[in-house]
Amino acid sequence: MTGSHKSIETKHCEERASFFGDLARLGALSRRGFMKVAGASAGIAAAKGLITPQSFQLVEVAQAQETGAPSFTFAYISDSHLYTRDVNDRFIRSAVKAVEDVNALDPQPDFVLFGGDLAQLGKKEELDLGLQILKGLKAPLKIMVGEHDWFLDMGEHWRTLFGAPQYSFDHKGVHFVTLMSVQEKDFWTAHGMSPAERMQTVAGLDNGLQSRFEVGSEGRAWLKNDLAKIDKKTPIVVFSHSPLYKYYRNWNFWTDDAEEVQALLSGFDTVTVIHGHTHQMLLNRIGNINFYGLLSTAWPWPYAPEGLPKLTVQMNRADPFNAFDGCGDGRMDVLTSGMVDKVYNLWNRNPVTIRSSYLVSGGEKHRPPATALASY
Amino acid sequence: MRLYCTVALALGLGSVGAASASEDLPRHVLPPSSNGDLVIGLCDGETSIEVAGVKPGDPVSGDQAQKIADALMQEWRRKHPDGAWRVAAADTAGNPANPGPAPATKDQFQTYGAFTDRDRQIWQESTDKLVAEGKRIFHDAKALGGTVAISCDMCHPDGSNTHPETYPKFQVQLGRVALLRDMINWCIENPVRGKPFADDDPRLKALEAYILAQRKGFALDYGKH
Ligand SMILES: [Fe+2]
Ligand SMILES: [Fe+2]
Repeated sequence: MTGSHKSIETKHCEERASFFGDLARLGALSRRGFMKVAGASAGIAAAKGLITPQSFQLVEVAQAQETGAPSFTFAYISDSHLYTRDVNDRFIRSAVKAVEDVNALDPQPDFVLFGGDLAQLGKKEELDLGLQILKGLKAPLKIMVGEHDWFLDMGEHWRTLFGAPQYSFDHKGVHFVTLMSVQEKDFWTAHGMSPAERMQTVAGLDNGLQSRFEVGSEGRAWLKNDLAKIDKKTPIVVFSHSPLYKYYRNWNFWTDDAEEVQALLSGFDTVTVIHGHTHQMLLNRIGNINFYGLLSTAWPWPYAPEGLPKLTVQMNRADPFNAFDGCGDGRMDVLTSGMVDKVYNLWNRNPVTIRSSYLVSGGEKHRPPATALASY
Repeated sequence: MRLYCTVALALGLGSVGAASASEDLPRHVLPPSSNGDLVIGLCDGETSIEVAGVKPGDPVSGDQAQKIADALMQEWRRKHPDGAWRVAAADTAGNPANPGPAPATKDQFQTYGAFTDRDRQIWQESTDKLVAEGKRIFHDAKALGGTVAISCDMCHPDGSNTHPETYPKFQVQLGRVALLRDMINWCIENPVRGKPFADDDPRLKALEAYILAQRKGFALDYGKH
C-alpha cells in the first residue's frame, strides 16, 4: 500500500471537521443557518448510507429548543490516569486537551466535575501534576476520588490537595453529594503487599486479588446524615467514582453495597448518579435513579462480557490506531425540573446527547443514535 | 508385558514447571561413549547406557531393543529401590479411576491414542503454563519491552476486545490483511512503545496463547469486522 492510504476514521474525521467548521462559520444559529447546516448533515449522512442523520448534534440543539433552556450546566473531565512526564506524556496531553475543551465552552459551565482516577499509580508527583493541569480551568472545580488516586498512601496526599473525599453542596436548588465509593476491604495484609504492590494490584482492572468497591458503613452513615435535612422534592445529584449498581464484578464495574446506597436515595423525587471508572458511554435507570457513566480522557474500556444495563446504548468500538478515539469529556445540562441531560463529547466522533427523558421513559423516547461497531 | 514407570511421568510434570516460555526445554545430554558405541538415554533424563558392539546408525533388532530397555529399567530400579512400579495391564483391569488404554479387542488400538486421564492432566497443565506466561507478559509493560509504562491489560482487561477469532482480516487502518500477531506487534510498537517481537519469539507465542485462551468457545469467524 502507498503512504497515501487514509483510514476510514481519518476520512470520517475530515468530513466531520469540515462539517463543524461550516457550523462555526455560520456564527449565531439563525433559523436559516440551521436549515442550511441540517441540510448539509443530511446530505453527508445520505452519501455515507447512514440512516441516522440526527447523530449530528445540531438536531439535538433543535430538540433542546423545544423543551426550553436548561437551568444551568456543568462540564466534566474524568479518569485522566496521569503518569509523570518522564514516564509517559500521552495522558497528560489528553488531560490538557480536555481542559482546553471545557475552557472553550461558551457560556462557561457553572463548575467542572472531575470524576476520579486523576493519577495512574497514586503518586504524589502524579496528583500534583493533575492539580496543576486542573488549575488551568476557568470554572470552579469539584472533584471525586478514584481508586488510582487512593491505594498507594490510602488517600493521604489526595486529601492534602483536595480535602475530604465525601462532601456535599447546594447549587441553584440542586443538592449535590460526592461519595468515596472505592473503599476496599484489606486484601493486602494477608498477601504481605507493600503500598506500591497494593496500588499496582488495584490498578489492574482484571486483577482478582483485590476486594470489591464499596461506600462502606461509615460512608453510608455520612450519606444518611447528609440527606436527613434535605427536602424530598429537592433534586439530588450524586457523584461517585464507581457505578452505584452492579454491572460487572470482575472489573469492579460494581459497588458492593449499591443496594443500601440506592435505598438511601430512593425517597427523593429526582435523583441522578454520575460516575467515572467505566470509561465508556454507560446508561442505566434503577427505580427513580438515572445513572450516567463518564468518558475517560486516557483510554476507553471495552464493554464487559455480561451485565450491561439494558438502557445503555453502546458507543462505537474504539479505533486502536487513534489514541484519542473513544475518549473525551462532556457537559451536563441540569433542567429546571432537576433532571440532567448529558452530552458525551467524544473526541474524533460526533457528540452524543442523552436526554433524561430517554432514561425516564425506559428507552421509549429520544433514543440516542445506535452503534455501528458494537463491542466484541 | 507392557510396563511404564510412574517416575517418568512425575518427572514430566516437574520439567513442565521448569520450562517457561522464555527458556529452552530441558534436554537429556548423553555422555559420549569411550569407544564410539551407541548411547541410549532413559526417559528420567538422567540414566543412560552404552550398547556394546552397536554403533550409532546400526540397525537394532527387536530382541536387542528389548534387552536395551530392560537394562535401562534395571539401572533405574537399582537407583530407586523404593520407586513405585505399576503394571499397565493391572491398571486396566477393573480400576475405574485409572483405566489405562482401552483393550485392543474392543476399540482401535494405536500408541498415539493410548493416553490416560493423567496424560490429559499433564498436557492441560503444560498448556495452562504457556497461557499463564502469556497472561504475565500481557499485564507487564517491562516484559513487553515497553518504554512508556503501558501494558495490554490497560485497554484489554481479561484480553477483552482482542477478538482473535476474527483474524485473518483486512485491517482497514493498515490497508492490508492482518493476523492476530500483526496486531499484537502493532500494539507493542505503538501504544506500548516497544520493539515488535520476531515470529518465533516465545513471548509472542505466549501472548497468542493467552489471548486465544480467553476466547474459548467463540466460533471462528475470520474476516469479521
Ligand atoms: Fe479510570
Ligand atoms: Fe477507576
